[in-house]
Amino acid sequence: MNVIEIKDLVKIYNSSEVQVKAVNGITVNFEEGEFTAVVGPSGSGKTTFLNMLGGLDRPTSGSVRIGGTEVWDLSSRKLIDFRMNNIGFVFQSYNLIPVLTAGENVEFIMHLQGRPKKERTERTKEMLEAMGIGDRIKSRPAKLSGGQQQRVAVARALASKPEFILADEPTANLDSHSTSELLELMSKMNKKYNTTFIFATHDQRVMDKARRIITIEDGKILSDEKFKR
Amino acid sequence: MKNFKIAWRNLWRKPWRTIITSGSIFFGVIFTALMTSMQYGSYDSMIDNVVKFYSGYMQIFTEKYYENKTINNTFKLNDSILEIVRTTPEITQYTSRLEYFTLASSEELTRGAMVIGIEPESENRVTNLKKWVNEGHYLNKGDKGVLVAIDLAKYLHIGIGDSLVLYGQGFHGVMAAGIYPVKGILKFPSPELNKQFIYMDLTTAQTFFSAPDRLSSFVLMVEDHYHLTAAMNQLRKKIKAPFTVMSWDELQPELVSMIEADKAGGVFMKAILYMIITFGIFGTILMMISERKRELGVMIAIGMQRHKLGIILFIETLLMGLLGALSGLLASIPLVYYFFKNPIPLTGDAAKTMIEMGIEPYMYFSMHPKVFYTQAIIVFIITMVIALFPIYKAFTLKLISALRA
Ligand SMILES: Nc1ncnc2c1ncn2[C@@H]1O[C@H](COP(=O)(O)OP(=O)(O)OP(=O)(O)O)[C@@H](O)[C@H]1O
Ligand SMILES: [Mg+2]
Repeated sequence: MNVIEIKDLVKIYNSSEVQVKAVNGITVNFEEGEFTAVVGPSGSGKTTFLNMLGGLDRPTSGSVRIGGTEVWDLSSRKLIDFRMNNIGFVFQSYNLIPVLTAGENVEFIMHLQGRPKKERTERTKEMLEAMGIGDRIKSRPAKLSGGQQQRVAVARALASKPEFILADEPTANLDSHSTSELLELMSKMNKKYNTTFIFATHDQRVMDKARRIITIEDGKILSDEKFKR
Repeated sequence: MKNFKIAWRNLWRKPWRTIITSGSIFFGVIFTALMTSMQYGSYDSMIDNVVKFYSGYMQIFTEKYYENKTINNTFKLNDSILEIVRTTPEITQYTSRLEYFTLASSEELTRGAMVIGIEPESENRVTNLKKWVNEGHYLNKGDKGVLVAIDLAKYLHIGIGDSLVLYGQGFHGVMAAGIYPVKGILKFPSPELNKQFIYMDLTTAQTFFSAPDRLSSFVLMVEDHYHLTAAMNQLRKKIKAPFTVMSWDELQPELVSMIEADKAGGVFMKAILYMIITFGIFGTILMMISERKRELGVMIAIGMQRHKLGIILFIETLLMGLLGALSGLLASIPLVYYFFKNPIPLTGDAAKTMIEMGIEPYMYFSMHPKVFYTQAIIVFIITMVIALFPIYKAFTLKLISALRA
């Protein structure tokens, strides 16, 4: 079943006289449980694509349907709630709210969703333990390593029970050891909860783990390959 | 509660910045409270002095007397006026006076003077007249002697026990004349008064002017000028023509305009100070928002509604303001109280002028609640207004550029 259906997606930036076609007509679907890498050279449009897909950046034209909802037809308030309930985000860095502890960061999104206290507490513990940082529940982000912070961010994304998780270069700031740890954990989560993961990445190790690789160049899909792993 | 927690923790992310910003509010509140207290204190003492020196807080007289202060426009105090005064709870003291110009002579010299007939006891309660007696004794009820102001006595070359001849016009043109022994010499702080005042017992004066039972004014006192409005409102309603009641500020418009001018100066200074504080808080808020742009972007991205973000930022700003305002308020109370108990003595020309005006040469401070709560309210309003800015920012934050920051 398709979780995401994207048709003729275009994003044009009009920056001082030059028109940049950051995304130039992408049509693609994503199924439940995918573990997909979007790759391509710098400036090829990966971030722009993911942002439109994640309801963060409005496309110039085209459609993004998530679970049957036409995302860019939603009002801005509804769109924020839609993101909260359907999409998990992991950014490159500084994902977490600095004044909240790891546990509070994970709980925060469930708080926004209005889930009961008991569920929040249990799920926070479960997610952090699943990501192997159950012992850091009371630490503030500044006290965590880059890899640990990214793991908290993944735990937070998973905690909200989203349709899929978008991760824009989640390993870009990590050393190789932390990168493989994070990848290992995400792959485990993908299998355990059947959550869809979509990455934008330059990282060969991420590509090696991905079961589908979509290559973008100049805002267009160059190739779309699936692997059995 | 969650919002409050986040806001509170955000406040202490850069503790020094918060301390400095709240600190500027803290000192601003202390400074303005002290300044306001000093202003109010000096007005209070000025008003108090002027009122207690002569005019009283309020006076009742005839409408005609106000326009033309002659002996013919005096009145007889009737029971209904007394009843009105007695049933006005704010009024603490009252006394009657009969005053008019006359000529005063000793053996070879003559000079114009103002005769003031008073009820010795109640007059002393109202104006503390006794304390200006420099030589001799104060008056008793029914006394036939007079008190003469010092410069007038010197001019006429008279002293205690000497006779003073008074003559002039009495009620309805009757000739007024009499010889009175000098019972005491009065020395006022004001040279103007020292040149012309003669005090005598009310009935003696009424006899002298052939105006039995007549008064030129009925002087009323309240606890302090903060009680004046209530008393005036009552009296105005009840006192009917041909009588009228006036408060000290109507009787002494010069003093009122002096206070108003001073107040305006104070407002100007306070406005500048608060403006500096406002820019200080505003700068901090601007910095805080631009530093946290990415973080705010992430919060909106993962699903926080903009108005909720606005509330957090609003609380943060408000807390910073309240922290400074409340601590400033708490610190200013004992400080102002110290100066309230220990007024600052003045020296030099200012002191001299004050002594001449009959005001004790001290810088007085007021503990009136207004001194404190106005500062708190002003800071509160300022922070509320500034706190609208982060709300605006939360609503207009460009998500993508915030996330790229
Ligand atoms: N806000 C913007 N205004 C103008 N042009 C933009 C804007 N954002 C992106 N672009 C341009 O759009 C193109 C695609 O950018 P994008 O960030 O999506 O690429 P990317 O594949 O994510 O690159 P990288 O691998 O470096 O992250 C680039 O040419 C970029 O300069
Ligand atoms: Mg990118």
